[in-house]
Amino acid sequence: MNCELWRDQLDAYVDDSCTPEQLDGLEEHLRICASCAAEALARLQLKRATRAAAAARFVPSPEFRLRIEETLRKDRKPAWRSALRSAWIPALGAAFLLALIVVSTSLFTRHTAREQAVAELLDLHVATLASANPVDVVSTDRHTVKPWFQGKLPFTFNLPELQDSPFKLLGGKLIYFKHNPGAQLLFEVRKHQISVFIMQSQSGSDSLPATVTTSSEKGFSVEMWDQAGLRYALISDTNAADVHALADLLRAAGHP
Amino acid sequence: MAHSFTPSFRCLSYTVQGVTELSGDFGSFEDLAMPHFARLFNFACWLTQDRSAAEDLVQETYMKALKGFPSFHQGTNFHAWIYRILRNTFLTSRTGLAATISLDGDDAPSEPATEETPESILLAHGEQHTIQNALAELPVNFREIILLCDMEEMSYQEISQTLAIPIGTVMSRLSRARKAMRTLLTAGMEGISQ
Repeated sequence: MNCELWRDQLDAYVDDSCTPEQLDGLEEHLRICASCAAEALARLQLKRATRAAAAARFVPSPEFRLRIEETLRKDRKPAWRSALRSAWIPALGAAFLLALIVVSTSLFTRHTAREQAVAELLDLHVATLASANPVDVVSTDRHTVKPWFQGKLPFTFNLPELQDSPFKLLGGKLIYFKHNPGAQLLFEVRKHQISVFIMQSQSGSDSLPATVTTSSEKGFSVEMWDQAGLRYALISDTNAADVHALADLLRAAGHP
Repeated sequence: MAHSFTPSFRCLSYTVQGVTELSGDFGSFEDLAMPHFARLFNFACWLTQDRSAAEDLVQETYMKALKGFPSFHQGTNFHAWIYRILRNTFLTSRTGLAATISLDGDDAPSEPATEETPESILLAHGEQHTIQNALAELPVNFREIILLCDMEEMSYQEISQTLAIPIGTVMSRLSRARKAMRTLLTAGMEGISQ
């Protein structure tokens, strides 16, 4: 390769842009060619002299810098808007989606658990009515029925005075709901039976609603609530008004 | 300066209302752009040959860069990106100037190669003004590529991105620009010696 071809590569050499192969060959040539070595040195000197002469030749005034900075800041958005737009929107979106999934899953789970609990109580109610011996303690006297549960339940409860009401106490029995003991009381109103289930609030019955809730489940009137650490559930084929009236009596009796 | 241009950037009344609305992150833009401010102004002065025109050019560059910042890909070469904006603004804003610049450096007349090496003599005499005058007298497309390479120390790849030309064109244009520069320096030396 003659010197002209080598010199075509000298700009890349002084600009540090040679490939390793070019560099090897060029440096080999520069070691043996004084003319090309001088040319390379001259180009390198010119490059450095150009930089020295051109760099910082013109300096912006402080006023101009300030003007640019103020212009840029003039319409600066609040930091939260920038943050929202750049990084937080995706994060918030993901968090919202996650929360939605969690809440939906939780609601679905709770809804499913509530349905299962109500279905279990309905089964107990129906089974009681179908039994030849629906209650273990047969008595219309609340002072007989309540003491019967002593020693059988880890809690106690009050029963209302029914003398001036259409309701009649038939008796009670021990049940197990979600592997925990509870009381099932049987009342009668105009030939309709009403089961009153009383359980501890945190003993498997927490899938049942805590606030006063009335509903219709498969034709049965249902009312449930939580009071003084006990969960009450009333189920009957009578109308909801009767169920609600008995529930009011029980709630009144349950208040200390 | 050898040339005196009538700056078309003067009296730019720029409002950024709505501009930052489009920007994704002002803080990041300011952090990236302001460190280049002094160098951009210097480069703009070399291009425009006029301080007022350079100020307008830099201001317009910053506004355009801020507006286009959402489209800037983080992690890519901001240096080359903002210089490209400045250079394109310069080309498009100066009426009639774009026509004087050949975007294809290969179209420029080839300067005769010189066997003289005036650099060491110039450096020995500290003739910075001669180099500055030679730079100012170069055609803009030669001046800008020398400044990007030698002053801004951009790689060929960065120059290629900034000027939107292939790397092969960068190399050939740079070679021609340096030959033209040396010719002008030789003439400057002759002026000194006389």
